[in-house]
Amino acid sequence: MMSLIIGFGVVLILVIVFMIFRITNLVNLVKGDREKADSGNGIHAFLFMAFMILSLIGFFWYSYAHFEKYVLPVASEHGVVTDHLFWITMVICVVAFTIIFIVMFWFTYKYQYQEGRKASYTVDNHKLEILWTLVPAVVMALLIFRGLRTWNEITGPASKEAIVIELVGQQFSWMARYPGPTDQELGKFDFRLIDATNEFGLDLTDKNSFDDFKSLELHLPVGKEVLLKIRAKDVLHSVFLPHFRVKMDAVPGMLTTFKFVATKTTQQMRDETGNPNFNYEMACTEICGKGHFSMRFPVVVDDEETYNKWVASQEAWLKANPDYLKRVPENLRELALIKAGLTPDNGSGQHEELQTVSNR
Amino acid sequence: MATADIKVHTDAHHDDHEHDHEHHGNFWTNYIFCQDHKVIAKQFLITGMAWALIGGILSVIFRLQLGFPEASLEWLRPILGGWITPEGKIDSEFYLALVTMHGTIMVFFVLTAGLSGTFSNFLIPLQVGARDMASGFMNMLSYWFFFLSSAFMFTSLFISTGPAGGGWTVYPPLSALPQAIQGSGLGMTLWLISMALFIVSTLLGGINYITTIINMRTQGMSFTRMPLTIWAFFFTAVIGLLSFPVLFGAALLLIFDRSFGTSFFLSDIYIAGEALPHVGGSPILFQHLFWFLGHPEVYIVLLPALGITSEIIATNSRKPIFGYKAMVGSMLFIAILSFVVWAHHMFVTGMNPFLGSIFTLLTLIIAVPSAVKIFNYVTTLWQGNLRFTSGMLFSIGLVSFFLTGGITGLFLGNSAVDIQLHDTYFVVAHFHLVMGSASFFGMIAGIYHWFPKFFGRMMDERLGGIHFWLTFVGVYMVFFPMHYIGIAGFPRRYYSWTNFEAFSSFTDLNMLVSIAAIITLGAQFIFLFNFFYSIWRGRLAPPNPWGATTLEWTTPRHPQHGNWPGEIPAVYRWAYDYSKPGAKEDYIPQTIPYSETPESNLPHENELVKLEMGNSGAIVAGDKKH
Repeated sequence: MMSLIIGFGVVLILVIVFMIFRITNLVNLVKGDREKADSGNGIHAFLFMAFMILSLIGFFWYSYAHFEKYVLPVASEHGVVTDHLFWITMVICVVAFTIIFIVMFWFTYKYQYQEGRKASYTVDNHKLEILWTLVPAVVMALLIFRGLRTWNEITGPASKEAIVIELVGQQFSWMARYPGPTDQELGKFDFRLIDATNEFGLDLTDKNSFDDFKSLELHLPVGKEVLLKIRAKDVLHSVFLPHFRVKMDAVPGMLTTFKFVATKTTQQMRDETGNPNFNYEMACTEICGKGHFSMRFPVVVDDEETYNKWVASQEAWLKANPDYLKRVPENLRELALIKAGLTPDNGSGQHEELQTVSNR
Repeated sequence: MATADIKVHTDAHHDDHEHDHEHHGNFWTNYIFCQDHKVIAKQFLITGMAWALIGGILSVIFRLQLGFPEASLEWLRPILGGWITPEGKIDSEFYLALVTMHGTIMVFFVLTAGLSGTFSNFLIPLQVGARDMASGFMNMLSYWFFFLSSAFMFTSLFISTGPAGGGWTVYPPLSALPQAIQGSGLGMTLWLISMALFIVSTLLGGINYITTIINMRTQGMSFTRMPLTIWAFFFTAVIGLLSFPVLFGAALLLIFDRSFGTSFFLSDIYIAGEALPHVGGSPILFQHLFWFLGHPEVYIVLLPALGITSEIIATNSRKPIFGYKAMVGSMLFIAILSFVVWAHHMFVTGMNPFLGSIFTLLTLIIAVPSAVKIFNYVTTLWQGNLRFTSGMLFSIGLVSFFLTGGITGLFLGNSAVDIQLHDTYFVVAHFHLVMGSASFFGMIAGIYHWFPKFFGRMMDERLGGIHFWLTFVGVYMVFFPMHYIGIAGFPRRYYSWTNFEAFSSFTDLNMLVSIAAIITLGAQFIFLFNFFYSIWRGRLAPPNPWGATTLEWTTPRHPQHGNWPGEIPAVYRWAYDYSKPGAKEDYIPQTIPYSETPESNLPHENELVKLEMGNSGAIVAGDKKH
């Protein structure tokens, strides 16, 4: 009933608006059209001017007053550089934008129609045209120069000492794999070996895989170069670490990398932002399906000591899943037991017992 | 022959001439399977408007979710049915389908077919002085392939698994695997069929536009005398002809991957508990193929709008367009460069970083001709005598959007800065302003400006003004705040941001954006009313309501098939003789020879007078042969 009344009301209002439209139309027809057109012209010119002034005030006010709100604190070495470039570009853009914006709307106001005035017959002006082609070209050249230098540094090869961490995206979560402390090398993987337990598809014929461990948090040491090796299991995903200015797609069938140095620990960031609950986060920025928006991965930046302790405290994947020892070739089992931190006494053949111990 | 004509003509000239092109026939041949370019243009226009409405409504639905995440959308259940979850929210998978369909519809169906299809078809023969397109039959096919394509896409909105949901860029593997998202089942199949048909339509149209412009210009209409609209349509058609086939190829390979087990784009995939047999493909390959069309597509959408506004701004400033040659030159430069910048969409996809450097360089170069165009528009306004007709208002709006949205391209085109901004709301703000809103304004401006030629009546200027201000301010309120949201790192295509601490702010701005989006959509109904009311009840249009110089205004109020009842007029001058010093009126139509305007001729034009005398003799002789 209520919606019927509302519907009726809406129809009534529309009919009234339509009637007003018809009547003013007829009145204008009687009065003649020219007068009306001229007055409308002045109104539009005035509105353009008002729009220009109000929108510029709104733009500068919001950008200044809410600066803290939209600028993310930066916590990586290259992030400082790209942010710098961002702000250089911003200054250039805002200056150019403001000048053109003001000039354009000022022209619309100043040169609004006046009976009897004749527009100037300006066809072109080569000097002016060359000037405003060259100026943007030079500015672009500077931006390109700065940008490419930064880009080459960011995408250049990582140093040998870089800590390698593997990130794997899947619908709809992330996993991290760290090389074990004994060999510092990630083991090989193959997507055909993936199953419900072996989520990484670890190739256990490779001895480097024995001490690799899985983490559901990304732990990073502060001040050390980290090389992310990124891959995806099912569809495209994208690693996005907003505070570190890091973004790289995770592509099934293709390994991608990103190297960076975190400069602030989580604790330092908490102190700096004054937010005791601050946490770094990682998000997915490539559309990947229903749960795209929920692929949050916690990130922790520790000082080196804490980080090393954390690494030492992690359990090798093989230790957590001793069933998979049988995938290890006979001649490597001994090594696997040692690297994974399993007691050799409990060797292969006693999986059940081991499993109960480690799954406790 | 006139006796066979069932229509009553009020046009007195009409019966005076021989009717080579008189149209007979019934409703079906006149309005449905018609080969007349003006009718086909109207068909594209109406279909495009219908799509725009659908695309706009879809965007408002997902803006409701983003702006009012707590609100119950139970009231949408009668329309959306199972896509509303039991809690009264939009299903998060359907949200992606909405985003995907909004993008696809707006980019292809509204701003490619609706814009190019309408105005290229309508204006090319009228402005170059041709009876019709080079091939009326192909032109008709072009519309009906588009219609068929529309039918497939429209159908996909109603199937139980939902329409395609992998984003309008349909990146595989998401778009190739129904296990990954429901929309990649039948919805994606329909999407691909629809796009294949769409490409056929675009190619049929494009070949026609190019042929007509090159071969069918009237006497005296040299390339340098063509209005900028025609130049823009010409470049657009060339770009489309060269780039759409690549998308066709990509779509075909994707069909193979989806249905026939090939591995062009798929490799190393473990999904839904099994490892798929695909090995050796590359998802990046698809992205290269897609953006090889996708980036030129931006200019396919934008150039016609720029052409339309060049014409409208010059006419209503009562001034020649500033730097005609620079305008043509920058469009040509943009058209060429548009083919070599595609990979700036892919800086962080894992493509070789060296490619990133090259594409940064090429991308930022394209800013130069774009800047030149803006400067030329602004200088055209300088010392003009501006009449703010609705078309002019929307044209100025376009320049404003082109500036606001274009300048942020300097951030995104620079690979190092793009790392942070890629796939955030900053990108959404950028392309919606520079390509979406600017082109949409170009389309609306064109409708207001050429409505008198379309339907022989005028649209209401006051409603046009209200429509403009609500839409202009509304669009800025929708897209400007997104820059802040994007700088803060908010990723696009997110159903909700509450999972993240970093993205938990800006509920206020998101609400503002959504409210502005609703108002902006609402304002379009003023336009729709104005449009349909004026078709039947608008003021009768005078022959040349805007005092424009171009050829279309020399046709009768309702041009019949063949456009000009008599001979096709010859052209003697460029299209921008507005406010020429010494001239009696503030415009001189292209059909007036220099010999008739000795008072306003420039020195070099006086020399052309002699040539003209020779030429006009030739025209008469030439015409007698027919």
